[in-house]
Amino acid sequence: MNTVRGIFAALLLALTAVAVSPAGALAADSGVPVPSPAKAFKGEQCVEPVETMRREHMVYLKHQRDETLRDGIRGQKYGLNECIDCHATADPSIAGGKIRTLKPFCKECHAYAAVSIDCFACHSGKAQNDKTGSLLPNEKEEMADDLIRMVKAHTNAPAIGDKK
Amino acid sequence: MSDTTFNAARRRLLAGTAALAGISVAPGIRLISTAEAAVSGPASAKNRWGLLIDSNKCDAGCTECVTACKTEQGWTGNDRPESDPQWIRKVNLKDNKTGATASLPVMCQHCEHPPCVDVCPTGASMKREDGIVLVDKHICIGCRYCMMACPYKARSFVHEDVHNQKQHMPRGKGTVESCTLCVHRVDAGGTPACVEACTEKAGRDAMVFGDLNDPASEISKKLAKHVTTRLRADLGLEPGVHYSGI
Amino acid sequence: MKRILFTQIQGNSTGYIALLGWLGAFVAAALGAVYFMEHNGHYVTGMNNQIVWGMPHVFAVFLIVAASGALNIASISSVFGRVMYKPLGRLSTLLSLALLAGGLMVLVLDLGRPDRLDVAMMKYNFKSIFAWNIYLYTGFFAVVGVYMWMMMERRMNRYTKIAGTVAFIWRLALTTGTGSIFGFLVARQAYDAAIMAPMFIIMSFSFGLAIFILVLMAVSNGTGRPLGDVLIAKMKNLLGVFVAAVLYFAVVQHLTNLYATEHHGVEAFILSDGGIYTGLFWFGQILIGGLLPLALLYHPTTGKDRMMIALAAAMVVIGGMAQVYVIIIGGQAYPLSIFPGYEVSSSFYDGIVGSYSPSLPEVVLGLGGVATTLLIVAIAIKALPFLPATLADADIDPHYVEPEPEPEPEEADSDDEGEEAAEAA
Repeated sequence: MNTVRGIFAALLLALTAVAVSPAGALAADSGVPVPSPAKAFKGEQCVEPVETMRREHMVYLKHQRDETLRDGIRGQKYGLNECIDCHATADPSIAGGKIRTLKPFCKECHAYAAVSIDCFACHSGKAQNDKTGSLLPNEKEEMADDLIRMVKAHTNAPAIGDKK
Repeated sequence: MSDTTFNAARRRLLAGTAALAGISVAPGIRLISTAEAAVSGPASAKNRWGLLIDSNKCDAGCTECVTACKTEQGWTGNDRPESDPQWIRKVNLKDNKTGATASLPVMCQHCEHPPCVDVCPTGASMKREDGIVLVDKHICIGCRYCMMACPYKARSFVHEDVHNQKQHMPRGKGTVESCTLCVHRVDAGGTPACVEACTEKAGRDAMVFGDLNDPASEISKKLAKHVTTRLRADLGLEPGVHYSGI
Repeated sequence: MKRILFTQIQGNSTGYIALLGWLGAFVAAALGAVYFMEHNGHYVTGMNNQIVWGMPHVFAVFLIVAASGALNIASISSVFGRVMYKPLGRLSTLLSLALLAGGLMVLVLDLGRPDRLDVAMMKYNFKSIFAWNIYLYTGFFAVVGVYMWMMMERRMNRYTKIAGTVAFIWRLALTTGTGSIFGFLVARQAYDAAIMAPMFIIMSFSFGLAIFILVLMAVSNGTGRPLGDVLIAKMKNLLGVFVAAVLYFAVVQHLTNLYATEHHGVEAFILSDGGIYTGLFWFGQILIGGLLPLALLYHPTTGKDRMMIALAAAMVVIGGMAQVYVIIIGGQAYPLSIFPGYEVSSSFYDGIVGSYSPSLPEVVLGLGGVATTLLIVAIAIKALPFLPATLADADIDPHYVEPEPEPEPEEADSDDEGEEAAEAA
């Protein structure tokens, strides 16, 4: 009897907590707080509109992964590395926040939707220095140099210090 | 555009004050534009990538190619030599009768008719149009039948957790892996790390990489000049890796 | 012959409950072992990059091969018309399915990524013998399942022969597929031989029948059902023929290799200097699995002693495991011949005999497969009438054969139990 009463009490308490909390109010339909993935690390516009990405990202990724690996088509816009580029964030729970990784961003919605992915069984999800966009202190210098090299390539400007 | 502009941009960036998306350092130039990178590929049957390894130039004591591969692809092990992966290894030979010795690296031979691809139940083991044999780890179930089928012992099973994989080389526990001929470099117009290290680090020039289908390539010219050997040629698998000096 | 009466077992004795408990414990331990192996990765097993298939594969291949063989008895009655074996058809199909389930469980749970089983079911490379086998194995469940149904459902009895024939052909294909996993491997000296397929078929006949005899004896003992001497004598003679045939194939396999100089290295390894593999070959496969059971089965005294026949069957099982171990592990341990004529050395064990010592989790997983098989049989014979009430000679002797009664009218067809209870009355 005591157990049953205990369960009821716990349930009541939980319900109250949900009802009074703002998150609970937002997610009145499902009873679970809606996910709020971190804002992109950089960029304002994803490769497709947000609504499309929410529904279709897995299709894009899966399609392109086959094209990249099996057919050798590289540089298309739906790569996982592109996701990392913008959406990898520093999370205090991962490596003390010293690195940016994609995991927290993906986890937010995937935990909510109870969809498990095994991308990270092989992909590290970590932003790496050889990509632009890493702006953690240790990566800033390199990125700045990369950007400048890139602009120069675009503008065909003579290298700094070049003598004509 | 002047140096001053660049340096100002660099300073702003380092100070973290630049608007992140599309910093305008000059009219019409968006700095952050990874999606605009040129699309390359697909891999084409017009190419057939291969290696020529001259064991006369290779030294038993040198393992620069192996080190370079480890660094490039990140397959450093856990000090368990029996289960740690080895994508490339140095094999030392001694002729049973004459006592003559030779040394050479052995890696995936990128066969024209790869047995690993034949036996793979899911099609994870696959050959690209340009002859590079890969494992599609997205659909590898870890049955290891390819390892049973490979006559060169070229493949390794990932026996334990992997962390900090390279962005170009995802690797994971429970799947099979092997030499990719540095496909990420090849697709970008480069040469495999082992070949580069053999020339630049070891200074031996024992390895040549190139297109076997292009008669003008260095490798094709060399192959046309001297008779070379392919490992287990009796099996008729037509490997893309040729050896000379054995 | 009297009408055969099939009944379920009571299944409420302490012994039965204890049996279920033990088997369940083994299955649970196997699942624990799987979690341990998959969580840590395969480095915690004895398997490595030299010996890539280990103890789980020995168990799995043995069970799968035996599964095909356990169907012998049903085939003999349905396809070859031996009436005396007819009462055993149901148990034969049941054991066959249970063995396959146990074997596949072990095989699948040892995968590097067992979570990707759906990939294996959806993506096929049709040049792969593994891919064929996925069809052969799942098809076997369907074909034998239908066959079992034809036998157990009176209205369907007249289709038993056709279903049995399909199942017979299917099981031959299945064992051919299993043998070809090794037979088609060009890379390794010990494999790459067409004889693997027929040898696996004959191995299946022998191992499967041995297990069937053991299970039948255990069930008869445990449930107090009479088991006639004539039936036992027939089965043991058949087992003797199969054991001799397995020996014959082993001789041909090795003689062929011994003739070709190319294979002298691997033959010397298996037959004389392979250490544990040589020991397992001569003492396990040849002596315990071949010569001794033959002697026991055909000796005028021991050949009539039921305990000795059971012992012979157990020896066939042990010898069979040894044979599969020698084929799978021994075949991998012998180094690849990449540079014939050279002494080779490297950091990757080139030219060195691969080392393998089975780890506990692997063995526990394998035994879990065996336990799964027995658990399925134990539960099924309680749930459905698989077992004939009696196998006494007087009840099943072919001289008592009466014409098959016409199928019962539709309305008389209630469920099996009711119908047979009515017959019993």
